[in-house]
Amino acid sequence: MSQGTLLSARRVSLAFGTIHALREVELDLWPGEVLAIVGESGSGKTTLLNLVSGRLRPDAGAVWYRDPDGALHDVHAMPDPALRRLHRSDWGFVDQNPRENLRMGVTAGGNVGERLMAQGARHYGSIREAAIDWLEQVEIDPDRIDDFPRTFSGGMLQRLQIARTLVTHPRLVFMDEPTGGLDVSVQARLLDLIRTLVARLDIAVMLVTHDVAVARLLAHRIVVMQGGRVVETGLTDQVLDDPQHAYTQLLVSSVLHA
Amino acid sequence: MIVLHAKNLSKGFTLHLQGGVHIPVLSELDLQLRAGECVALSGPSGAGKTTLMRSLYGNYRASGGRILVRHRGEMLDLAAADPRTILAVRDETLGYVSQFLRVVPRVAAVDVVSEVLVRRGTGVEEARHRAAGLLQRLNIPQRLHGLPPATFSGGEQQRVNLARGFIGGHPILLLDEPTASLDAANQTVVVEMVREAKARGTAIVAICHDVEVRNAIADRLFEVSPLQEAA
Repeated sequence: MSQGTLLSARRVSLAFGTIHALREVELDLWPGEVLAIVGESGSGKTTLLNLVSGRLRPDAGAVWYRDPDGALHDVHAMPDPALRRLHRSDWGFVDQNPRENLRMGVTAGGNVGERLMAQGARHYGSIREAAIDWLEQVEIDPDRIDDFPRTFSGGMLQRLQIARTLVTHPRLVFMDEPTGGLDVSVQARLLDLIRTLVARLDIAVMLVTHDVAVARLLAHRIVVMQGGRVVETGLTDQVLDDPQHAYTQLLVSSVLHA
Repeated sequence: MIVLHAKNLSKGFTLHLQGGVHIPVLSELDLQLRAGECVALSGPSGAGKTTLMRSLYGNYRASGGRILVRHRGEMLDLAAADPRTILAVRDETLGYVSQFLRVVPRVAAVDVVSEVLVRRGTGVEEARHRAAGLLQRLNIPQRLHGLPPATFSGGEQQRVNLARGFIGGHPILLLDEPTASLDAANQTVVVEMVREAKARGTAIVAICHDVEVRNAIADRLFEVSPLQEAA
């Protein structure tokens, strides 16, 4: 693992029966860096995200995480409570479907405050204050704080999920198609929000997307996956403007320009 | 003092979707650039001027040779640098004004321009203030500063792009057709800005088809000649 990397995958492989979902994937993420993983459906990008975040276990290889004190942890060798603690504090997850992550029976403010309480915050007033602050940051009217998420639109739910994730100031956030399934106008707003918040809070992001325009807008670096392998990686604009691998050339040339 | 040296630089493209055909564009080219000097690239359309420019910026990956850039007092090979180093070089040392502004949805013109300052740690208000001054100088009226440039005219977008490129005071600037869609008054402003930058020691590589503007800013020409297709 290179000096200073936040997260590193070393030769991780995973098969589901006879299907090789990931083949000897290598990957590094530095603090504050936004890394996009692009590729078509079935290329293994979501599997990779789930594996490096500890949701899935590799057949071979290892994933290393460097904690704030500089100590390295083998993500898949950590005891479950330690991994859960990591997910509650240092890490965050933004799913394509916000309902996966939000609690629909809890108010908007409760959804945001809950993450803080899981970290040990107990003072009701300051938790509510933080929730109001975060609703404002993701452009949700704070008057909606006591409303239930089921009354929110898709774009609002996604913004609420982002507030819930970022309220604890994680160092690393995993995002799986965060703008998937949203209207284009709603997407632009969300992308701008993610871009601004991530830069301001200096969060490292591993972002899975099939949309190369999203990758161009948000990511410092890109990893291109095909058939469970990393076929190309590099600076975002290099990979998209001067693609080397046949599959990347196909991916880039298939984009429609508005 | 030499601040940029492309040494034996080659660049070609392999088009896998066209049966793997290889198109060589630049071959063992040598270009040196001194602080305070402006070199204009000349040559017919398709000769590879923009390819050279993009290679110098690290946007295209060199196929061979080195791109030595004076960064934090030392010569660094951009062609061999890792992505994070290239980003640091672009933030501090190497600025680029492309022909077209790539707009980010919802971001106001003034923030598009001030972005590099904020990234370097300048306070947002101070950065916006300087951005507004530069936009004003390029005749972008104040009422437009708070709007995203997506709806601006081509000439206005290009001036936002110029302000964005000049605000950082990078020691090396790459300008790809900086005045192509500007009227005479704005061309004059850009010529002045280039001259002031040179006087401060900024080294500039420019692609500029307008002969008058080119004569006004360039100290010398660098010929980029088309390669034979048969290579």
